Amino acid sequence: MRRRRHLGSEADRATFRALHQASLASPALREGLTADSADRAIKHLRTLLGTPALAITDTASTLAWDGTGAHHQAQAGALATMLTAPTGDDSARGWTRTVEPDQIPCRTAGCPVRMGVISPLVVDGRVVGTVQAFAPTTTAGLIRATEEVAQWVSGQLELAELDASRNRAMEAEVRALRAQISPHFIYNSLGAIASFVRTDPDRARELLMEFADFTRYSFRRHGEFTTLAEELRSIERYLLLEQARFGDRLQVTLNIAPEVLPVVVPFLCIQPLVENAVRHGLESSASVGHLRIVAHDRGHECVVEVEDDGVGEDPEKVRRALAGDAALDSVGLGNVDARLRATFGDDYGLVVETAPGAGTKVIVRVPKFAPGVSAQ
Amino acid sequence: MTGDAVPGLVAVVAVTVATLAIGTWGLRFSRTTSDFFVASRTVNPRLNASAIGGEYLSAASFLGIAGLLLVGGAQMLWYPVGWTAGYLVLLVLVAAPLRRSGAYTLPDFAEARLGSPTVRAACSVLVVGVGWLYLLPQFQGAGLTLESAIGAPRWVGPLIVGSVVLVNVMSGGMRSITFVQAFQYWLKLTALLVPAMVLLAVWAGDGRPGGSGSGDGWSVPVEGGGAIGLYGTYSLMIALFLGTMGLPHVVVRFYTNPDGRAARRTTLVVLALLGLFYLWPPVFAALGRVYGGDLVADGHADVLVLELPRLMVDGIGGELLTGLVTAGAFAAFLSTASGLAIAVSGVLTQDVTSRFVGERGPTASVAAAFRLAAALAVTVPVLVALLDTNVGVAQSVGLAFAVAASTFCPLLMLGIWWRGLTSAGALAGLAAGGLGAGGAAVLNVVGVEASGWLGALLVQPAAWSVPIAFATMILVSLATASQTPAHARRFLVRLHTPEVLEVGHGG
Repeated sequence: MRRRRHLGSEADRATFRALHQASLASPALREGLTADSADRAIKHLRTLLGTPALAITDTASTLAWDGTGAHHQAQAGALATMLTAPTGDDSARGWTRTVEPDQIPCRTAGCPVRMGVISPLVVDGRVVGTVQAFAPTTTAGLIRATEEVAQWVSGQLELAELDASRNRAMEAEVRALRAQISPHFIYNSLGAIASFVRTDPDRARELLMEFADFTRYSFRRHGEFTTLAEELRSIERYLLLEQARFGDRLQVTLNIAPEVLPVVVPFLCIQPLVENAVRHGLESSASVGHLRIVAHDRGHECVVEVEDDGVGEDPEKVRRALAGDAALDSVGLGNVDARLRATFGDDYGLVVETAPGAGTKVIVRVPKFAPGVSAQ
Repeated sequence: MTGDAVPGLVAVVAVTVATLAIGTWGLRFSRTTSDFFVASRTVNPRLNASAIGGEYLSAASFLGIAGLLLVGGAQMLWYPVGWTAGYLVLLVLVAAPLRRSGAYTLPDFAEARLGSPTVRAACSVLVVGVGWLYLLPQFQGAGLTLESAIGAPRWVGPLIVGSVVLVNVMSGGMRSITFVQAFQYWLKLTALLVPAMVLLAVWAGDGRPGGSGSGDGWSVPVEGGGAIGLYGTYSLMIALFLGTMGLPHVVVRFYTNPDGRAARRTTLVVLALLGLFYLWPPVFAALGRVYGGDLVADGHADVLVLELPRLMVDGIGGELLTGLVTAGAFAAFLSTASGLAIAVSGVLTQDVTSRFVGERGPTASVAAAFRLAAALAVTVPVLVALLDTNVGVAQSVGLAFAVAASTFCPLLMLGIWWRGLTSAGALAGLAAGGLGAGGAAVLNVVGVEASGWLGALLVQPAAWSVPIAFATMILVSLATASQTPAHARRFLVRLHTPEVLEVGHGG
């Protein structure tokens, strides 16, 4: 055994094996507690415990069974309720228990499922399921091991819960962004439209239609993604409404390569940038504000630039806005940046070029293809 | 040769200037201050089809076919037939689902369908291989063209055109701009059509002389040589019919379509445009039989299209026509080589060079990685072209098609139409087809000569390598059926659902 010396003693190797089995079970459990994830994790957990049979349940029914004696599968669900149901005997809840042979009646000769250990899976102080190990007899060692495994699984499930809540937070932010169409914008647009009703009824009607289409797009409920064409169409409507209000004070240049219009982008990832640019461009003074929107085709990527010649911004403030400081004026910036990174990876964050008095240019890079990203 | 060089030089310069000018004009077109809605106008199928035609019609189509027909006779008509019919297969089986998959390149499709980085890597290797094999004849064609038009040594062409393409790709001057590529198609068509008309008129004026030895089987559509000849013809057909869908620069263009329906319409228009173009090389070949007999004897059949106007028309008229066909030929390898170089360097950037270029801020390193990839994509085939291999222009294009047909065709067909495909199956099939057809291609490029059946199997590998690739992919997939990707069913629904149907979400 000399050549194996570098792997450590027998005890070390047992530790390595246990850690390895745990690492194999981990990815499945990080998806949360479902029949599918339990099914993929359970055989690694049974190897870890070394019992003839192992079950994973939710609060009332069996999710997965591994090993012999699968005819007991239905009973495991019932056993789980002992730990999870409010039976009045609160002392039994949330604690590891053993199962006697009379609780799992069996007529099959030689069936190793005679006794068992049930340990609860606890997430956020709530019992969400159980791990049940079965063997011909229970030992103190098995009880301890089952309890440890259940605690470790609980930890993984808590991490899964954390992932899920992070996603929920992100979705909530998108919803907030949708609802974020500023009341001022609605008020000002309707005011501008009203001013045309007598002088130019046709234009007023057109603007009202644009307004309706704009709100429909911005308030739309389904879909995390859209195409650049759709996003730009909505931006056009927005700019038409702003131009109705500001007239020649707002000068817009669009330069869009038609090749990039089908590119799939996160919903509302350009529009907030344009709104910021309009605000900054016109804030400066009574003079004319220029806004430039450019989309280039760059091989497997598309580059969108939104540029204004307004007051500009302190780079340090922009850095804080990108880092998620919500107290700052540039509302959508941090949110758009976070969603781009979450969708396409850290290489695809926003790039902001700005300085006080020098205007602002925001650059968005989007890959033409990313796995799992589609407009439908 | 100095006097002869003038029209050629003028033509080459004119094509370059026009190409760059339209690149600029194309950008201007989408620039507007008042009418915003121009920006939302996606590329329509007719324009996109012209662009595909512009990128697809290579030196092999422009120069090679007429030369092949002149030497080999009507059996060589299978080349233009196959190059067009490939789009029929694409139209019926692949175009719309491929667009709906959202993939930009073939490796993208593999990743979206199978979710395996290994299969993606294998596809990237194959894209680069097919791209290089297809770039090689473009540079060889460039050598031939400049030799014939300006009288430069054979090695000048690949070097000059390689540099021009490299500069273009690196500077982004004509980076896959749809207008430029569409212009190239119409330029190529004009450059064949007008001389063909004039030459036909000259021929009619001469009293319609017949070709020498019209009874020697020149017009028989199936190769002589019994079973081997028949095998060669069928193998060529398989390679060309099934290889088109695997060409990297063609697939990339389909992304520009807004949806699957537009992808189908585009393909339909491409079929019509290619059909229109391929009518004319046979005219040149037939006239070459009458007027250009020396070319065959000298082994210069590939330059038939360039030489014929001078042989048939004297004086300034002949010079003008020569200038026109030279312009067309230059456009042919410039557009195809640029399109291929962009496609290959795109894949190299994504999967290779971006890992070697260090952390210098995302924007800087992406540009650097792309430049490095472009240099690599162009340099390798130029070097091989300089070695002066003796593979004909159309033949080495045929080999590129054979490799594409033996690898990407099974992947796309089974990936789109069979939910049982697994990563292991795809990988095994790509390896089998790639090693089979690719090995044959390498042996050909290196210059290994074999005769009889062995030679036929090596020169036209598709008839055995395509079935082997399909069989391997299916059998290994069946053997690893438990590893079918979990999202395969949902993905196929997305590929095959017309856009007009709203599936899976409420209003």
